[in-house]
Amino acid sequence: MNTITMQTTLTYKPINLGRWIIWGMFALILIIAPMIFNKGASLSILSQIGTVMIFGLSYNMLLGQGGMLSFGHAVYSGLGAFFAIHAMNLASAGSMWMPVTMIPLVGGLAGMFFGILFGYVTTKKSGTTFAMITLGIVELVFACSLMFPEFFGGEGGISTNRVYGEPIFGVTYGPQIQVYYLIAFWLFISTIGMYAFTQTPLGRIINAVRDNPERVEFVGYDTQWARYLTLILSGFFAGISGGLSAINFEIVTAENVSALRSGGVLLFTFIGGVGFFFGPMIGAIIGVFLTVMLSDFTKAWQLYLGVFFIVMVMYAPGGIASLIMLNLRVAKYGKFGRVWPHLWKTCLLALIALVGIVMMIEMLYHLTLESVNGTTMKLFGSMVDTAAPTGWLIAAALLAVGGFGFWQTKKGFSQVWGEVSTEIEEQIRRAGA
Amino acid sequence: MEFTLITLLNGLSYGLLLFMLSSGLTLIFSMMGVLNFAHASFYMLGAYFAYAISGKLGFWPALFIAPLLVGVIGAFVERYGLRSVHKYGHIPELLFTFGLSYVMVELVQLIWGRAAVPYPIPPELDGPLFTLFTTTFPMYRGFMMLIAVLMLVSIFLVLTKTRIGLVIQAALTHPEMVEALGHNVPRVFMLVFGGGCALAGLAGVIGGNAFVTEPGMAATVGSIIFVVVVVGGMGSLVGALLASLLIGVLQTFAVALDYSFATLFAGLGGSIGPETFGYPVLKLTISQVAPILPYMLLVLILIFRPRGLMGTREG
Amino acid sequence: MAIQFKKLIIPLSVAAAFAMPLSANAEVVKMAFIDPLSGPFAPVGQGILKSWQYIAEMANAQKWAGEHTFEIVGFDNKASPQESLSQLKSAIDQGYRYIIQGNGSGVALALIDAVNKHNERNPGKEVLFLNYAAVDPDLTNSKCSFWHFRFDANSDQKMEAMTTFMAKDPNIKKVYIIGQNYAHGHQVTRAAKEYLKRKRPDIEIVGDDLHPIGQVKDFSPYVAKIKASGADTVITGNWGADLALLIKAAKDADLRANFYTYYGSTTGVPTAMGAAGADRVKYAGYWNVNNDKFVGKEIVEGFKKKYNDDYYAIATYTGLAMMGKAIKESRSTEPVKVAFALEGMKSQSLNGEVEMRKTDHQLQQPLYIATWTKVNGKDVKYDQENTGYGWKTDQKFDSYVATQPTSCQMKRPSQ
Repeated sequence: MNTITMQTTLTYKPINLGRWIIWGMFALILIIAPMIFNKGASLSILSQIGTVMIFGLSYNMLLGQGGMLSFGHAVYSGLGAFFAIHAMNLASAGSMWMPVTMIPLVGGLAGMFFGILFGYVTTKKSGTTFAMITLGIVELVFACSLMFPEFFGGEGGISTNRVYGEPIFGVTYGPQIQVYYLIAFWLFISTIGMYAFTQTPLGRIINAVRDNPERVEFVGYDTQWARYLTLILSGFFAGISGGLSAINFEIVTAENVSALRSGGVLLFTFIGGVGFFFGPMIGAIIGVFLTVMLSDFTKAWQLYLGVFFIVMVMYAPGGIASLIMLNLRVAKYGKFGRVWPHLWKTCLLALIALVGIVMMIEMLYHLTLESVNGTTMKLFGSMVDTAAPTGWLIAAALLAVGGFGFWQTKKGFSQVWGEVSTEIEEQIRRAGA
Repeated sequence: MEFTLITLLNGLSYGLLLFMLSSGLTLIFSMMGVLNFAHASFYMLGAYFAYAISGKLGFWPALFIAPLLVGVIGAFVERYGLRSVHKYGHIPELLFTFGLSYVMVELVQLIWGRAAVPYPIPPELDGPLFTLFTTTFPMYRGFMMLIAVLMLVSIFLVLTKTRIGLVIQAALTHPEMVEALGHNVPRVFMLVFGGGCALAGLAGVIGGNAFVTEPGMAATVGSIIFVVVVVGGMGSLVGALLASLLIGVLQTFAVALDYSFATLFAGLGGSIGPETFGYPVLKLTISQVAPILPYMLLVLILIFRPRGLMGTREG
Repeated sequence: MAIQFKKLIIPLSVAAAFAMPLSANAEVVKMAFIDPLSGPFAPVGQGILKSWQYIAEMANAQKWAGEHTFEIVGFDNKASPQESLSQLKSAIDQGYRYIIQGNGSGVALALIDAVNKHNERNPGKEVLFLNYAAVDPDLTNSKCSFWHFRFDANSDQKMEAMTTFMAKDPNIKKVYIIGQNYAHGHQVTRAAKEYLKRKRPDIEIVGDDLHPIGQVKDFSPYVAKIKASGADTVITGNWGADLALLIKAAKDADLRANFYTYYGSTTGVPTAMGAAGADRVKYAGYWNVNNDKFVGKEIVEGFKKKYNDDYYAIATYTGLAMMGKAIKESRSTEPVKVAFALEGMKSQSLNGEVEMRKTDHQLQQPLYIATWTKVNGKDVKYDQENTGYGWKTDQKFDSYVATQPTSCQMKRPSQ
């Protein structure tokens, strides 16, 4: 049928080859990433990105595939992390046999257990009620974590040492690179697992529940049961992510079960794109970059994160993944050439305006927060005096030029884009009819 | 006796402050189905504006001007932000307000710094209102309660007795019909959103000097108002009042009670020591558990009565 | 033009080569300050970072470390133990061998663990941890480490001084203890009960409350409880907003009790207290600018002029003074050598003579008890946060008064 050829981006006859290539490339990227980014701190960033990717993917099982907006997903990953770290401590003390490689599984099982426990209550309802009850549960668990210091370690959390037991093939998990490969391994099989889930009947039904729960009931499936099972599986993968973060940081605190972390994964997943399977992976990369690395460069990182998020919600609610896929679709139909001239002009002017805005925000932050240390600051590599008007004038000029130009080219761009989209949709409709 | 009465009064005043905060949220939710995550940020904004204005003009002008300013900003946000997201559905609207709360905190920090600002209680309201046995009840608390009650009464009157109130009530359930009748429904929405934010701003003006005015004040109060709205019933103002009073009194009294399961068992003759199974749970006193009581209430209500105490619509 | 430059290259590089050995010894001792610089605890973190940088400037100008200079850079940990570990890794990658931290014993416990692991796994690249304010006694007892040095008096030491002062006051009959429900609050409660029993067994502990940290906005129910118990004195280890709101609520309800605190003088509390705490709020700490000779007043004045903020954390002074001395004595900036020089060192600081005890790396220093009083120009000259109120020294205790035994059994590397 024609629909099949349109689903895959490659049109080789043995359809599975495309799948092999994509997964193969994914594995390859995971293996060679640390060789490209080989500074010390980059390894820990890559490891963090890895754990957040699993977390985001598990969250998207609920949000993107099931339409369940949850504000408390950190409960599963956090509790998984706590169980994992206690298992590690027990294993170091010798009371239990559990090699470090299997620890994420402990986390996963714990996450699954709590998914079974809490999920029963939360999935009874849907929509806003579901969101509110997850918020209540995460606040509850977070508050409880400070009340039971025996298990949760109080304010300081629980720490551990991941170097225990006999090294297998010389792997002790002391150096960060070994931890990275452990995370990459678990990331790979978790991704396969979650992708496989989308291809199962449950995965399809939960999509249907997202789109039209009433109809699903009429077709004969129990929506609550579907949601419950999906939550349990999602909790399992979230627990794996928690276990990996316990190994990576060697410390788990109450923050792992906080509403802040739940909000964070929501933000990242949404920025990445909830409508596509790989969206949360992009979201994880951007999210970790924004929260961990940007704060090293600028004090205004929270502002940038918030504004970026709002812009995404307003203009690209499908996330970055949707932007990429839309452009890919245009390219597939051979119409990219028409869009490209307008696209690069618009992007360039937007970039110029952005530089102007960033300059102004940075200077403003410096003026209000740091001026006692002198009014000069380092901006894009050169010293700028924030009290003098020159810096401001340059920024204002950049903003004006960029903004005006963007406004002009945007009209042309949206016109061409609209034409192209209509043509493509027309083609799809005709081909499908 | 003194203790019970004072605690009751404290609980009521805290509950009324919660009500001031959550009334705006309930209105917005019942109107537009949008759960405004940035509501607590408008509360913070009201406090900061009041600080800035009272520094120049005094507290009483600030009491009127600050909420108006916050309301105008809220209307702007609705017109230029929320409205364009409206077509994508409820989740993007929620997320928009979520991101907005981040941005507002950052902007406030940018303008006023990261430390707490000294927003003082006006001297004419500072002092004891009356003395109950040996404890004084501060005048400012009485003032807070008065403003909250006035606010409730005026909202009720506006909604039921004025024309615009009737239009709002109608637009609540039948927006298309109201629009067909010739009213500018999007403008009504904007008004309600602005009004709700103005109410939050007023709560900020009143609460900002009773409690510390700092950038973190939005985060600390943010989750409690959601509990109030949900427990009271999303869409019911009277429900919000009942829920906030309930939570206020519950939390205030709970702090005072030092009983735990351990003391209960001890009273019944059993003995509980550190070796008993589940001791960490049993030894928790009610006062230590007090701050999580609202959340437990939230979870219980959502399980057993999802439409809240007085809600008319669910989810 | 180019040819002329080429002719100069050889003499220039030879000159540079000769210039190098002369300045090769002068190193920049880079220190990473890992504490909250954003979020709710930002004011405290920012204020103390500025204090460190101010003293570092002074130290470099007065050559406390000989030819070497100090450079202190802030790393924002957002008050989270996990984030602190990321910042630690980042700092180590950027070549920092010394880290400074103090805001939050939870973070300190995480850092001490991480530093131990790093030093064990990377011999030759050791990192030293200078703790200026995390007061959990465990850090110099069960969790003590060779790589950790504490420049603040720990919670038990402060309680020892506080209860010695309280023991002499016959008007104290009923004491109420209130604290934040985490490690620090637990330690304060435990120590208060133990030490009071030892020194004044007649004092009745009429109440003992632990509230969640940073979440309570309305302390009036707690104040009502305190009143109902009939307490005349309240002991609390609270800090930040928790302390400020508690005192405000006490004033609102007209609670006529004295408050004995640890952190009455830290950023944010004076503003929230204002006149409400006058003559009622006291603290036990390692310094007061209004001491009998006003030692350290030039620093306070200079700091106020530059930053319009108060300088109160003299652990910054003590820390850099002792670091400088250790660097001079060990003739090196290598952390292992500096650590061996630091332990057991005696030094002079703004509060008198101090000693870094060798067994557990806990600094032994004098302690002050002070009361919040209106500035009177005589014994209270310097106010805090422009409120017109400052701290009046009630008593200064010599180091030996608050000395605590230790259970520390630290493993030392070979010298």
